[in-house]
Amino acid sequence: MTDLVTMRGIDKAFPGVRALKGAEFDLRPGEVHALMGENGAGKSTLMKILAGIYRQDAGEVLVGGQPVDLGSPRAAIAAGIGIIHQELILMPHLTAAQNILIGREPRKAGGLLLDEVALNAYAADVFKSMQLSLDPRTLVGSLTIARQQMVEIAKALSFRSRILIMDEPTAALNDKEVNELFAIINRLKADGVGIVYISHKMDEIKRIADRVTVMRDGAYVGTVDARETPISKIISMMVGREIDNEAPAAPDLSAAPVALEVRGLTRATQVRDVSFAVKAGEILGFAGLMGAGRTEVARLIFGADKADSGEILLGGKRIDVVAPQDAVRCGIGYLSEDRKALGLATGLDVRNNIALASIPRFSKLFGILDEQAMHAAANEYIEKLAIKTPSDRQPARLLSGGNQQKIVIAKWLLRDCKVLIFDEPTRGIDIGAKSEIYKLLNALAAEGKAIIVISSELPEVLRLSHRIAVMCEGRLTGFLPAGAPQEDIMRLATMRGAAA
Amino acid sequence: MSDNFLAGLIGKSQGAGGARYKLLAFGSLILLFVVFSLASPNFLQTSNILAILQATSVNGVLAIAATVVIITGGIDLSVGTLMTFCAVIAGVVLTFLGLPLPLGIAGAILAGAGAGFVTGNIVARLRIPPFIATLGMMLILKGLSLVISGTRPIYFNGTPGFTSISQGSIVGTVIPAVPVPNGVLVLFAVAIVISLVLTRTALGRYTFALGSNEEAVRLSGVNTRGWKVAVYTLAGAICGIAGLLIASRLNSAQPALGQGYELDAIAAVVIGGTSLAGGSGTILGTLIGALIISVLANGLRIMSVPQEWQTVITGTIIILAVYIDMLRNRNAS
Ligand SMILES: Nc1ncnc2c1ncn2[C@@H]1O[C@H](COP(=O)(O)OP(=O)(O)OP(=O)(O)O)[C@@H](O)[C@H]1O
Ligand SMILES: [Mg+2]
Repeated sequence: MTDLVTMRGIDKAFPGVRALKGAEFDLRPGEVHALMGENGAGKSTLMKILAGIYRQDAGEVLVGGQPVDLGSPRAAIAAGIGIIHQELILMPHLTAAQNILIGREPRKAGGLLLDEVALNAYAADVFKSMQLSLDPRTLVGSLTIARQQMVEIAKALSFRSRILIMDEPTAALNDKEVNELFAIINRLKADGVGIVYISHKMDEIKRIADRVTVMRDGAYVGTVDARETPISKIISMMVGREIDNEAPAAPDLSAAPVALEVRGLTRATQVRDVSFAVKAGEILGFAGLMGAGRTEVARLIFGADKADSGEILLGGKRIDVVAPQDAVRCGIGYLSEDRKALGLATGLDVRNNIALASIPRFSKLFGILDEQAMHAAANEYIEKLAIKTPSDRQPARLLSGGNQQKIVIAKWLLRDCKVLIFDEPTRGIDIGAKSEIYKLLNALAAEGKAIIVISSELPEVLRLSHRIAVMCEGRLTGFLPAGAPQEDIMRLATMRGAAA
Repeated sequence: MSDNFLAGLIGKSQGAGGARYKLLAFGSLILLFVVFSLASPNFLQTSNILAILQATSVNGVLAIAATVVIITGGIDLSVGTLMTFCAVIAGVVLTFLGLPLPLGIAGAILAGAGAGFVTGNIVARLRIPPFIATLGMMLILKGLSLVISGTRPIYFNGTPGFTSISQGSIVGTVIPAVPVPNGVLVLFAVAIVISLVLTRTALGRYTFALGSNEEAVRLSGVNTRGWKVAVYTLAGAICGIAGLLIASRLNSAQPALGQGYELDAIAAVVIGGTSLAGGSGTILGTLIGALIISVLANGLRIMSVPQEWQTVITGTIIILAVYIDMLRNRNAS
């Protein structure tokens, strides 16, 4: 059987970065081929070459055994190649159906007019085949990130490509949606579609992949069988070393003062009467299903939204947060889940992004910025978090997805807050950097900071938290001690309509 | 007409919360009517209403051209001087060359489309930001109008039917009591056609898509440059129509006129709720915006408010309108 895709000796350089050095990849019909590697290893770049977005400097690409020139997204689509982008690339002002069929709108009246009825029917069909209940006429901008991700997936599926690239498709999905996606993948496999699957989640690789190709620093490391190869082997291929992932014992906090207390926080139906306290030095994990209201709680504390009622106490004193600047002034930091829209100034360079929340600290006489100090601070975190960038002057938008996430983390670490709220802090971050971030969070807690971590990955909540708060449908349904069994969390996370 | 078209015309389909806002702009228009008719008995007379509509026709058509470009996330500063350029071209065809009226009309519209095509290519292919590209075009066209005309007005006395493009009244021959000027009919026709284009055709879809997220459109395999050129070309052709309207009203092409019209046009677009950030907007909103501007001018004049104060009030209205637009966006998100 000829391979669907063969990529050989691919080189690609960007100004200041050699993103790919002799990368290799091949894809067979009916297989799920996982592409793995640390943040910045070159996975997305390699796949963008296959999708006609970038052109390689050297090396060849064969589709169905024939050398092809994929000079534009159009050419790649014509060659049967579809891609689900790592960063959501949608048009917020258009409806779901209009997004899916952009460039391929059904026409009527001899091609003069768009056939909106056919358009919506087509999209409804795609959604139905995905078992997704979504009105095709919904504006994409009004959807949650998870839903937008599903639209992006639907769009890629609708091309009926023989080659489908999925660049971290599950980063924003909950377990149920992941299961639905995997069911779709299995159906596509049975039809002979070849799927490239990029993810940092090891359990997903084990569940869905047939083969795994590992990349490191833009180069090919090797290809192994996904089922027979132990995870530890794959990880050591990725990072070239062993990773220590033991959770440290929870500290004794009985004498520690309460840092942040929330009483009766309420906003419409999203957050209902939520009360909790975090002690200095404590890591409080928030578990729950997508849409349980955890992010909304964080936004209320941070002043990004306005609460209908409830109060927030910092160090025992009631504080009044009506805008994020109030929260930041009081020493509350918030790492948002949607880094592109809310966390990262993509036009600024790495240095300024890291320093952005701490500018007063770097201001000298007449407000002149101390670039030297900013440079030093930025480099400290570039090193600590292993941020892959040619220098701290690189525009943030040119970094790989995971490295952008690290910048946002660095920003809040530098700010020196008393209370830090991390919403999905390790989304899209590779396994090596994840354990570095866990260590950093533990160190911050040990310094006496109160930390709230919201995560949809249970293993992460369990690994990090000293105590776990569980939410369901806007209510806090209970607290669990560190190391509680997963079943207990799931029980609280699905306790519908019950008060705590 | 389908739901979708109606929705587009009344502003429901693009941008959440649009409908409520459209009502608000429409409400302000009604409010102005009520206030002015209470203030002066002359305001609501048929002749005055027709004068308001006639005064809106040129700015309305220009504002429609500006709307199309603004929805793509761009801006067009050249609509005013392009209008004049097209009027001058009509003068060249009709008065200098003495060709028949239809050729003069075609010449003006083609000149507009041609200039729009050039602007579109400067923006899409040379990737000059629209603000700069159209600022340059604004000056180029102003200069060309003066050069071609020899800096003197070109009169259309040799073309008998020319003034009736804007000033005649087909409606008046049927219903003598309400002699709606043809210029107003042209405005409404342009509005309906462009509404259709925006809501029902591929060009319209890409206009919104480009303003919403150009990268997404490009990565979907759409020829974004080509479509962008098409949008600017369309806007240029609409400016050609505006050029005919103003030339017909003045029975001359005035080469020095034009600069400053773009600001009135953009003001109408903004008051009508089209976001300068691109991705959303409606023609009906723009029409209402243009009407608000002329009703204000007319009403304040009837109330004998000095011209200088009229300008101050219009400026205030623009800022208020954008502020309300921002409130709306905040509530919608
Ligand atoms: N357009 C660009 N300009 C400059 N550098 C770039 C550009 N795109 C990618 N890079 C750099 O190339 C390298 C590879 O990036 P790529 O996005 O392929 O990584 P990745 O393996 O997908 O990482 P992640 O897991 O974080 O998504 C990174 O160092 C990145 O900063
Ligand atoms: Mg990537």
